[in-house]
Amino acid sequence: MNKWTRRAFIGAGALAGGGLALGVLGVALAPGRHSVVPDDAEGAGQLNTWILVTPDNIVTVLVPHCEMGQGAQTALAMMAAEEMDVDWSLVRVKEAPALDEYANGYVVRALTGESVPGPIEVGLDYGTYRLARWFGLQATGGSMSVRTTGQYGMRVAGAAAREMLVAAAAEQWNVRAAECQVASSRVSHAASGRSATFGELAQAAARQSVPSRPTPKDPQAYTLRRTARRRFDMRSKVDGSAVYGIDFTLPGMLHAAVAIAPVNGGKLVSVDSAPAESMPGVKRVVRLEEAVAVVADSYWRASRALEALEPVFDDAGHGGVSSATIFEAFDEALAAPPEMPAGAAKVITADYRVPFLAHATMEPMACTARVTPEGAEVWAGTQDPLNARKTAAEALGLEPGQVRFTNLALGGGFGRRLPGSLDFVGMGARIAQAMSPAPVKMIWSRETDMQHGYFRPAAMSRHAGALDASGAPVAVASHYVGGGDRESTFMPYVIPEKKAEGREAPHHVRTGAWRSVLNSQHGFFKESFIDELAHAAGKDPFAFRRDLMGEHPRFRAVLERAAAMASWGRALPKGEGLGIAIAECFGSIVAEVAHAALSPEGVLKVKQVWAAVDCGEVVNTDTAAAQIEGGIIFGLSAALVGAITIDKGRVVESNFHDYQMIYLADTPAIEVQFIPSTAPPGGLGEPGVPPIAPAVANAIFAATGIRVRELPLRRVRLA
Amino acid sequence: MAIALTVNGQPRTIDVEPETPLLWVLRDTLGLTGTKFGCGIAACGACTVHVNGEPMRSCVLAVSDLEGASITTIEGLAPSGVLNNVQQAWLDQQVPQCGYCQTGMIMAVTALLSERPNPTDQEIDESITNICRCGTFARVRRAIHGLAAEAGGTR
Ligand code: FES
Ligand code: FES
Repeated sequence: MNKWTRRAFIGAGALAGGGLALGVLGVALAPGRHSVVPDDAEGAGQLNTWILVTPDNIVTVLVPHCEMGQGAQTALAMMAAEEMDVDWSLVRVKEAPALDEYANGYVVRALTGESVPGPIEVGLDYGTYRLARWFGLQATGGSMSVRTTGQYGMRVAGAAAREMLVAAAAEQWNVRAAECQVASSRVSHAASGRSATFGELAQAAARQSVPSRPTPKDPQAYTLRRTARRRFDMRSKVDGSAVYGIDFTLPGMLHAAVAIAPVNGGKLVSVDSAPAESMPGVKRVVRLEEAVAVVADSYWRASRALEALEPVFDDAGHGGVSSATIFEAFDEALAAPPEMPAGAAKVITADYRVPFLAHATMEPMACTARVTPEGAEVWAGTQDPLNARKTAAEALGLEPGQVRFTNLALGGGFGRRLPGSLDFVGMGARIAQAMSPAPVKMIWSRETDMQHGYFRPAAMSRHAGALDASGAPVAVASHYVGGGDRESTFMPYVIPEKKAEGREAPHHVRTGAWRSVLNSQHGFFKESFIDELAHAAGKDPFAFRRDLMGEHPRFRAVLERAAAMASWGRALPKGEGLGIAIAECFGSIVAEVAHAALSPEGVLKVKQVWAAVDCGEVVNTDTAAAQIEGGIIFGLSAALVGAITIDKGRVVESNFHDYQMIYLADTPAIEVQFIPSTAPPGGLGEPGVPPIAPAVANAIFAATGIRVRELPLRRVRLA
Repeated sequence: MAIALTVNGQPRTIDVEPETPLLWVLRDTLGLTGTKFGCGIAACGACTVHVNGEPMRSCVLAVSDLEGASITTIEGLAPSGVLNNVQQAWLDQQVPQCGYCQTGMIMAVTALLSERPNPTDQEIDESITNICRCGTFARVRRAIHGLAAEAGGTR
């Protein structure tokens, strides 16, 4: 590729093989800057959203986000293609490699600065701000891809590419650009009857000056966005050809199985390697600080030999910790319930609690690495290739530039493969270092994966609420432990006094971001409590919420839609009930109604779920619905059966027989509707999760009068 | 110990420890990585293959018990590149999310429908017990219903 020329925050150049390459210049949005950074400034030249137009008339969009099933790559390509007026069948998508140049840090940097730079529209909420700070670069998580890369990268790059292609045509035909039309990857000039494809114009377009502020399309004119498009990665996922991290193979590759100190923070004290070393195919027993690995010529042999070992680990002083002691400490930290105004007609209080949860991605953690004197190569499925590279480099004592990282398909992420929880990448690299120069693929057994997660934090809250004589709420307040922030504790209700206060009760269990982050626990707490308040006021829980949403018309519209979808208020047979809940996260508001049916013995069946969603503009209607459906099912597993329990400092559950999730048979009928909107797109992967647990709990109350204040429901007596 | 079996129509001789699970023979010995490892205890279905036409969880099948058996994996469903009707329905309904569980899911559904082209919901619930962590079940059922309708009307 030739040298880039740069103008403003867009760069473009000619491809070596012919054609136009164009990218958005990251550094233009450096912290606190309202103007463009000069070319020679530190970090200049970082391009992250790339569009390639080649002479074969194919438009390739390089996407700095990995595809873990949310359809992000397809949605991003749609956003670029829409601006270009390209023929969708001529669009290809490629995941950008883990190079700094591709980092989506331009937005991250913008967000971490004190102010949002001029070219960026404001509309990013606090949650994204925090996540952006924490994720670092190139992350796929926090529902970020469409919201940030798409809105601020793809759209701009697509509009710029279109202007350059038109400029090239206008120059060739000696006509004014404004007289040219663009449709289906072709520029034409009606008056002279001339036309040319993008492919034919690409070379000349690369010589055009780059527009500094291309004009994005009027959303009213969209023809591609807001339609259902098939994902690019689908075929490989139905014919078995997709290569996930666990599938990667190299000639001469060895295989590693590991046992990690069962108590987080524990270290390997001793291990007699002899029993494993005498087994067939075993190459070596590798001792790491916190683990022992057996390396053999096949995974099965490695894992059999690992079973023959009896490693001794210490417990880092946490051997006395259990879920019970953790919740006792929580209870103590919460102390007395929040104070309510004197003179309230009625005060209610309630405690809620939820357990730790594992991500339990279907693909267990796996990492392949080859370490040689020249450097290292690492292959894995992660949500953040750049940070994975850094993690591997740190583990090996190398500079990031000495590590080549290749991201592979992910068998589920849900937050487990984000920066801060890439331990498996460091571990895979260290094992390969011990076996250098042989490449080694490390696979975690399901048991290892289950017990060494970065769990959704266990959490507890203590709520108090006060009603006046007319049944109107005058105050709600809570103390909580287990993490929380402004977004997750936000209640869209007009109540004179609202407060949520975090308390600390630290423990040694590893926690991390779990699909919807802090919102899964707080969604359950706050939307259960508002339901309790409604009943205490003798009001219908839907009407009670709606009447408090005066200041929040978007919430109100979503709530009303969900209620209408479920025909709220209809008579149901004995033992059945509807429950409603609403929550916002990652820029999207979701209300869900659950229909619960309980047998006289207390056996619960969730029959149906209706979800109304305001996620701003829906880019790809089909994948959007799939994400909400998936979020509901993921959240239902947590509500009904999921729990990670701690005993003697370690995780009790080990595999899918005791860490359960729901099956096809348990899955309710699900109906999803989107509120039409032209607001900037919100996230979709996470917002379906938080409302489902409270919707089900509230439905159980409607059906039985039993108030659920603890999850999972399988531990609660419902008769 | 050498074990002879047929994999996707091709005769193979496998020389591994007799208790080696079929899953790892497929993945590591034969390089057929479309069959996935999810749990190793027959709890998730990611490793589902057909053994003499029957859906089986290959992570708990000792290869020594399979002498002479005929195995079909996901790679064997579309030998000429033309997807089978279940795979095609999965594309049409855009069922997969991360896709990791889906090869096993497709093997289980293919087996179910070849046995019962028009299953009841109860039969679907009882025979499709694969775990999908991404939560694609709603679409799995929709796709099965669609296939059943093609085969002669839903019940
Ligand atoms: S890997 Fe065989 S059933 Fe889970
Ligand atoms: S599609 Fe990801 S586990 Fe099923």
